[in-house]
Amino acid sequence: MGKQFDLSQVLEDLENSSTLDELGAVAERLRNALKIDNIVYHWVDGAGDQYGCTTYSDSWAQRYRERNYHRIDPVILGCFQRFHPVDWKSLDWSGKAVRAFLQDALEHGVGNQGFSIPIRGPNGQFALFTANHSCSDAEWQNFIAKYGRDLILIAHYFNRKALEFEQNRRPDSPRALSPREIDAMTLLALGYSRAQVAHSLSISEHTLRVYIESARAKLGALNTTHAIATALSRGLIVV
Amino acid sequence: MLRYLYADELHKFPKLAAGMFRDRADQFKTRLGWDVHVNEKGEERDQYDELNPLYVIWEEQDGSHGGSMRILPTTGPVMVNDVFGHLTGGQPIRSPLIWEVTRFCLSRGASPHTAGAIMLSGGEIMEGFGLTHIAGVFDARMIRIYRLIGSSPIVLGSEGTGRDQISVGLWPYSAEDCNRVAERAGIPRELSRLWFRTAFGPTARHRFALSA
Repeated sequence: MGKQFDLSQVLEDLENSSTLDELGAVAERLRNALKIDNIVYHWVDGAGDQYGCTTYSDSWAQRYRERNYHRIDPVILGCFQRFHPVDWKSLDWSGKAVRAFLQDALEHGVGNQGFSIPIRGPNGQFALFTANHSCSDAEWQNFIAKYGRDLILIAHYFNRKALEFEQNRRPDSPRALSPREIDAMTLLALGYSRAQVAHSLSISEHTLRVYIESARAKLGALNTTHAIATALSRGLIVV
Repeated sequence: MLRYLYADELHKFPKLAAGMFRDRADQFKTRLGWDVHVNEKGEERDQYDELNPLYVIWEEQDGSHGGSMRILPTTGPVMVNDVFGHLTGGQPIRSPLIWEVTRFCLSRGASPHTAGAIMLSGGEIMEGFGLTHIAGVFDARMIRIYRLIGSSPIVLGSEGTGRDQISVGLWPYSAEDCNRVAERAGIPRELSRLWFRTAFGPTARHRFALSA
């Protein structure tokens, strides 16, 4: 295995992978070849179950799961329902909980720079592929300019492989909720009051009730709580 | 100015959004006579608007809709494959580096160069996100408009004749094309890049106030 980054070699390695461990080995070789700190492939389903491979330390991966950090991670929140690649610089790192999360991450060896590629899979499947490193903004800009396009391709190959050997995890019902319904249900699932949700979405509480009711009807749920639970378990929203 | 808004952000610009869907009805139903659905509010929407697409909208000085287009990644459901797949030789266009543009629309009162400004946004998107191509479906009258704007597609296939001809095409990324389109539209690249960065750059607006 050469040390230099070679896109076709990475794609070939991915093609030959058939287990999560093998994907992890590809991620590690890719990280080494790119001379960066970390590579992460992260598939989050609506029930909050997380799947993927990472070169982050085990202690960070464990802490992330234990603390349910995916609920406040600006990378997850900023990429959900998006399809353009995201430089972590463009995300919202303000807020007390988020700053504490970032501090914790840095202490566990997560680099200060990141480039994340959201992936929209079948039926609303959502995964993220991230390159992470510690360096200056200028160096990171150069890195993205040089490797951004290759990383997008690699991200989709990772996801294609994961979908291939994790058939059971694939969401089977098509995404039925509209973007506004998803926003409303997501914020409710996060514990916001109706007034707070209406305020956050810049809509009246009356309009919010319409969204909640239409989401409830689409999900065949008995009440709002049931609708939130159903949306979560079907992977329609992520909190 | 050019605004880049995902569907779940349109509520922050209600006038702009309503104008876009109404102007789409006006262009595709009233003027072109396409078989599209217009709802009771006079807005043209289809199932692809439900997939949280990215819209590029030209906002006029008074905040109204001047023109727009809709963007989706070809790794998911897209019209070039679902509806016009037979025009590309049975081979679907599917790549994380190719996004689809549909519903390219101009309002009746659009200021000059609106079409050029929207085309320019396609170049900014390809450049900013490392894409290789944009794919699109267009009718015969657009071919001349694209030529005037300064960016003509590679036509992959067509059906129909004359005014009713519909084609599927690809625009490869080209820095020269971007600059030519910008020049003809009278928009400096610096300004166009600023609009792009306003949406996606370090100072981008944020989605939820999590500290609320």
